[in-house]
Amino acid sequence: MNRIFASRLLPLMATGLVLVALFAAAGAGYENFLSARVVLNLFKDRAFLGVVAVGMTFVILSGGIDLSVGAVMAFTTVFLAKVIGGLGWSAPVAMLAAVGIGVGFGMFQGWVIHFFRIPAFLVTLAGMFLARGMAFVVSPRSVEIRSAFYDDLGERGLPLGEGLLLTVGPLVYLVVVAAGMVVAHGTRFGRNVYALGGNEASAALMGLPVGATRVGVYALCGGCAALGGVISTLALSSGDPTRGTGLELDAIAAAVIGGTVLTGGRGWVFGTFLGVLILGTIKTILDFDGSLDPAWLRIASGGLLLGFILLQKLIARRSVS
Amino acid sequence: MSELLHAEGIVKRFGSFTALKGVTFRLRAGEIHALMGENGAGKSTLIKVLTGVHEADGGTVTVAGRGIRAASPREAEAAGISTVYQEVNLLPNLSVAENILMGRQPMRGPFIRHGEVKRRARAALARLGLEVDVGALLGTFPVAVQQMTAIARALDQEARVLILDEPTSSLDARESEELFAVMRRLRDEGMGIVFVSHFLDQIYAVSDRITVLRDGALVGTWEAAGLPRLELVSHMIGKEVTAGGGDGGVISVGGAEAFRVEGLERKGTVGPLTFSVMAGEATGLAGLLGSGRTETARMLFGIDAATGGRVTAGAEAVDLGSPRAAMAAGLAFCSEDRKVEGIIPSLSVRENIVLAMQASRGVLRRVPRAEQEALAARFIAALNIRTRGPETPIGTLSGGNQQKCLLARWMAMQPRLLILDEPTRGIDVGAKAEIEALCGELRRAGMSILFISAELEEVVRNCSRVVVLRDRRQAAVLDGPAISLRTIMETVAAS
Repeated sequence: MNRIFASRLLPLMATGLVLVALFAAAGAGYENFLSARVVLNLFKDRAFLGVVAVGMTFVILSGGIDLSVGAVMAFTTVFLAKVIGGLGWSAPVAMLAAVGIGVGFGMFQGWVIHFFRIPAFLVTLAGMFLARGMAFVVSPRSVEIRSAFYDDLGERGLPLGEGLLLTVGPLVYLVVVAAGMVVAHGTRFGRNVYALGGNEASAALMGLPVGATRVGVYALCGGCAALGGVISTLALSSGDPTRGTGLELDAIAAAVIGGTVLTGGRGWVFGTFLGVLILGTIKTILDFDGSLDPAWLRIASGGLLLGFILLQKLIARRSVS
Repeated sequence: MSELLHAEGIVKRFGSFTALKGVTFRLRAGEIHALMGENGAGKSTLIKVLTGVHEADGGTVTVAGRGIRAASPREAEAAGISTVYQEVNLLPNLSVAENILMGRQPMRGPFIRHGEVKRRARAALARLGLEVDVGALLGTFPVAVQQMTAIARALDQEARVLILDEPTSSLDARESEELFAVMRRLRDEGMGIVFVSHFLDQIYAVSDRITVLRDGALVGTWEAAGLPRLELVSHMIGKEVTAGGGDGGVISVGGAEAFRVEGLERKGTVGPLTFSVMAGEATGLAGLLGSGRTETARMLFGIDAATGGRVTAGAEAVDLGSPRAAMAAGLAFCSEDRKVEGIIPSLSVRENIVLAMQASRGVLRRVPRAEQEALAARFIAALNIRTRGPETPIGTLSGGNQQKCLLARWMAMQPRLLILDEPTRGIDVGAKAEIEALCGELRRAGMSILFISAELEEVVRNCSRVVVLRDRRQAAVLDGPAISLRTIMETVAAS
């Protein structure tokens, strides 16, 4: 027992346990809940959030925050709708350009944060208004995307048997999570992100590239936000300047529920993956049970968030004593 | 013996202030070289120049005959200079192995070879005779291990110059001994080690040579074996040890005992201390930098909890559980670092003066505005505070006048014991004299003062009794006629 409590993986295990418990409870309460189709839908429904949350996890690990991700995602969706529908760009080129814009936007935010020593909260808050405003400039209302490429992509995926198909959106999500885990754990950039979040002054004294890492982290997050936008257009075949309102907070919640400490330096991409699934499961339960008020989604998320923050605090106290 | 590092004529300015005035420092291969100096001597600045944290405004640095110009810690490390800082500058949230290899991890393509990282970390630690689980988070280990990890990091990058900046300040005696053993071993392997410490015993235990800086200038470099302690202390504080020295302290007025401190200590920080504070007298706390002066003040005022001993006033025990309790018992503390712990720069002179009084009353019982203004006006006149008016933001005043406002703040409380930690640091000569005169007036009014100062003459001039601290322990209590520059210095330097 003590060894379990002493383990630094404790928050991750707690998150996993909550996910299993939620699923088990829902399975007992609702018929047909424990089915591959429900799980598959959950992945499909939450893929965009999952991708955005991976980027957010890196930013939080570095000791920062990015409030602009929802707005960047919204901009991406209307940008795609506009250039594909209005300007007739080929869809793959438009998607690449959109992700490029996201990366560039993130780089710029990271550069401002690093070189002017302005809190990330403020810079990305400004970025949030900027990107959201740009989204409305591109299109004030929702636009449908008509494209053969989209229609074709919608039918492709990884066949799982019994007529089930892991479509492109969730597939990209899983790939991003896996890549995120490898980058965070196995590359110098990833370890420098942890170092930066652990103690910036120490990281600098150890000769680590603090500036490049910080700019890189926001570029990565901007890219993930744009990629989330691309995935959301795949699922909904439309662009909408109001989409992803409050998404940044869901992404932060997913990361924290997954065991990432908001002050930086500690956490896991895999934890965020579990966090997204927990939030998704709660939503699925509400979808299943038509009688429940959607407000319960928020309340349950809030309760979980509070519980996990308290758990982290308890663990931190333990490791101090 | 070959010369490893040679810094010649190093100049470093911060704005109009010159921190290093052409300092020369030579380090041989295979020696432990102590760098000594009191506050403001320029030790930290010199180290930061050598390690590339600061860029020098003048002078040259050569390592093994090659000129270097380190503009960043990374370049200094590449030139073979590694530093272990006092507050171990590593990453507690990463593993021991990662801390040792961070930034230099062996790679396979874009991926870190984690197994190889651990192997090299183990090898580096083995050279120091340390065997720990290198995969565990650094933060789970005691400071001693973290320090070894920092040294192992230097070893892995094949540093030839190792700078240890107060490495023993948070180690216990046994851990310090282990560190010294490692230092001697590395020295014998040909490394040049720069050792900064405030503990004279430690300096003499491991150092081959000693360089003393004072006020940003080089005083000299000596063989440790040929430099008596008293002479070292005299070089550090810049006072000749003259014969006679019958300058004596302030004659005791024979007041009653106001407070008695008995065996007060904070494990691992300072103490035990035993002395009496008389009413209407100033008691001095003297010692070198790092001897535990400020720590004693913080403990007395309840900022850092004491772990043993007690303080009594007459028959009653005094509760030192918190600054609030200490204030209730009649203590006041004028802190050393007035910028950080004292003044609130954006508030007015009046608000700063009333602050402690308001705090003691609680937020609900506001000190009436008229009373505040009367108070401010009285102290501005009495202390000769030069300000445009009571509503001027205190941050715009000179250091000496800020200090007087702080004094006013605590005088308004009419404490029984006023703790003054370096009340004259960084203020001009005229203001110093005024502050000293003020202390005299307070004493005559029956207040007790605990006077802490790095300037020994000031202590001698103002105090009737001096508690001398050495290596964070009480070395002696000097009384009246026994107080002189010479006796204090001799006590400080005694082994």
